[in-house]
Amino acid sequence: MSHPDKKRLRRTMMFLNAQKPGLIKDPYIYGADSIMLDLEDAVAESQKDSARYSLYHALKEINYRKTERVVRINGLDTPHWQEDIRVCVAGGADAIRIAKTESARDVLTVEEHVLAAEQEFGREEGSTLLMAALESCRGVLNTLEICEVSPRLFGIALSGGDYTKDLQTSISGTGVELAGARQYMIMAARAAGVQCFDTVYTNLDDMAGFEQEVEMIHRMGFDGKSVVNPRQIAVVHKIFTPGKKDIIFAEKVVREIDEKKAQGIGVFTVDGKMIDIAFYDGAKRIIGLAKASGVYEGDL
Amino acid sequence: MEIKKPAIAGTLESSDCQVAVEAGNGTVDFSLDSTVINQFGYQIREVVLDTLKRLNVDNVKITVVDKGALDCTIKARIECAVYRANDITENLPWGGVIR
Repeated sequence: MSHPDKKRLRRTMMFLNAQKPGLIKDPYIYGADSIMLDLEDAVAESQKDSARYSLYHALKEINYRKTERVVRINGLDTPHWQEDIRVCVAGGADAIRIAKTESARDVLTVEEHVLAAEQEFGREEGSTLLMAALESCRGVLNTLEICEVSPRLFGIALSGGDYTKDLQTSISGTGVELAGARQYMIMAARAAGVQCFDTVYTNLDDMAGFEQEVEMIHRMGFDGKSVVNPRQIAVVHKIFTPGKKDIIFAEKVVREIDEKKAQGIGVFTVDGKMIDIAFYDGAKRIIGLAKASGVYEGDL
Repeated sequence: MEIKKPAIAGTLESSDCQVAVEAGNGTVDFSLDSTVINQFGYQIREVVLDTLKRLNVDNVKITVVDKGALDCTIKARIECAVYRANDITENLPWGGVIR
């Protein structure tokens, strides 16, 4: 049976250094759908052990309300990831983000250790979800096999900094260097039925550029974006939450298709637009997103 | 657990605390410097002593410099310092004596 939260709303995932008590004590107040408690890049090599104790007690003792708690573990090429998995599972993290995922084998390796930890700490088997961060050309090229390898995997995320380094370029702000990876990843994620998340936007002084990028990735089909500052959350939520006009139109489409189908009519118009069965899933998705975002007032 | 060598954990940032441990003289020798000592001094002391008892540490000199840390942070920093004093970083007893 699929995990009930596998497809939950994840418009924003806010990165927080798990080693910093000031950051992890109350981040739910900012309203991100998920927080990403980081054991990897944000934590200095000499503090990897310390971050785990902070993480464990935060997971056990802080009430993060409805905010999903994802933990980014260290890469499989480090000596840290196995203990990272143990502490995540023991603490009851909702999900683990696998850094630097290169292949389906990487996901399976983590999955094996997560299962062992669930058995060791008495957590329900299969209760810990996974997501994969793709940070290299090889990882991106293996996207489909990564997406399809584990029923625990709810999504994939692009890590633009490392990916562009591997591509031998850098983030320009235009998005041109990320275009291929973004397009490929979203197609693979959709083919596999998992979610897809965009990389962080690190220029906090350029909110206009951030908004433009969020508009673009929303249009491309992404499910959400990683954020590094609470200021970015409202922008993403505004763009990723369906507007009233879209919701009303989607409701009309669903009702009309249901009605016309019963009458044997395949093609018709709604508000002057030609509609057929191909629009049904999209309209249902908008209503589902509106419900998950807490803005739906209808009865469908 | 023994304190095999001096160890330190945590920082002096706001909401954090820095914990230093070294081998004691047969007892628990606790000292506290806190920005909120008047309001929470006794509570912090209780958390420190409870955590040491849970870890079975009874021969230690422990110094806590608190900058307004939550109880969970104080516990985390003490545990880290004690395990560092024993060079243990893997197969930790999450949910056992660490809880």
